[in-house]
Amino acid sequence: MSEVKVIEIKKSIFNANEIDADNLRKELKKKKIFLLNLMSSPGAGKTTTLIKLINNLKADYRIAVMEADIDSDVDAIKILEGTGVKAIQLHTGGMCHLDAEMTKQGLDNLNLDIDLVILENVGNLVCPAEFDTGACKNMMILSVPEGDDKPLKYPLMFQVCDIVAINKIDCMELFDFSLERVEKYIKQRNEKATIYPICAKDGRGISELADKIRQEIKEWRE
Amino acid sequence: MHELGIVFSIIKQVDGVAREHNAASVKEVTLEIGEVSGVVPKYLSDCWKWAVDNRSEFMKGCELRIIPIMAKTYCESCEKTYETVKFGKICPYCKSEKTYLLTGNETYIKDIKVT
Ligand SMILES: Nc1nc2c(ncn2[C@@H]2O[C@H](COP(=O)(O)OP(=O)(O)OP(=O)(O)O)[C@@H](O)[C@H]2O)c(=O)[nH]1
Ligand SMILES: [Mg+2]
Ligand SMILES: [Zn+2]
Ligand SMILES: [Zn+2]
Repeated sequence: MSEVKVIEIKKSIFNANEIDADNLRKELKKKKIFLLNLMSSPGAGKTTTLIKLINNLKADYRIAVMEADIDSDVDAIKILEGTGVKAIQLHTGGMCHLDAEMTKQGLDNLNLDIDLVILENVGNLVCPAEFDTGACKNMMILSVPEGDDKPLKYPLMFQVCDIVAINKIDCMELFDFSLERVEKYIKQRNEKATIYPICAKDGRGISELADKIRQEIKEWRE
Repeated sequence: MHELGIVFSIIKQVDGVAREHNAASVKEVTLEIGEVSGVVPKYLSDCWKWAVDNRSEFMKGCELRIIPIMAKTYCESCEKTYETVKFGKICPYCKSEKTYLLTGNETYIKDIKVT
């Protein structure tokens, strides 16, 4: 038997993914592609919001969508029917989040004559926040029925998001949801987050959110 | 499953380091995991054995050792330190909310034993 040797590592367990993510971001920067990572709980309104956003943005940008559905193409079909944009499926292998390597594999399958790629991440508020996908910006959707206390319960998700959309504001009274309170809790976790109240169902607030994405794309390309 | 992704990420890093050092095999991996890091040691251990046996040639049968790190919070108002898990964000001595986490958020690969 050969001798046992101890090697010090002293690095975060997430380090391998963080390196992949930084490399992916560099590559995207070079190619002037803006990758937006969209996260939320199941059913918060990612697909509905995406359809409205894409219809607002598609005259200005060449857009692609990547869906991290575990097992179905329901969302991909909705996106295609609602916008004419083709969505590709990512294979998460049953995993509850995407990492940078899976995201890169998805991008490699896309036609790269593209300006904006939106990634619909797996629906949950915990691990997608822990794994950097390599996206240029992170956006999350909190829907009114989930309650305005969610930034307190899932702090990391709100810490890593640049943009927070509050969806289903048509249901605010029904759920005693306070925009003031949710903004306060979000800012406690992340001062830099920008917050957009929207109703993906009737389109309220979508053009403000789309303009925010336009501005982010412009800054990314500079 | 969430912890499986973390375990794959650890294996990838350890595998890389082991290769750099021209190791023949990795016998043990030691982690430091904070009490409030969100990573649950039991879940890591549960999928560890399956993952090392299937994901890396170097790491078949490799043991996982986890050193837990206690979470401690410091209060800026009264300058005392207390146990985070017991008392949370509000200082038990002076009720101040101006507190921050000193330790407990660690998620480190400390070292590995190779042959
Ligand atoms: N009342 C109301 N309902 C909405 C709104 N936006 C979405 N919904 C409804 O919420 C449900 C879920 O919406 P989706 O867009 O499928 O949500 P999702 O986040 O993509 O869901 P998963 O991909 O399954 O996690 C659908 O029944 C939508 O019609 C809104 O602004 N107001
Ligand atoms: Mg969806
Ligand atoms: Zn996960
Ligand atoms: Zn105190």
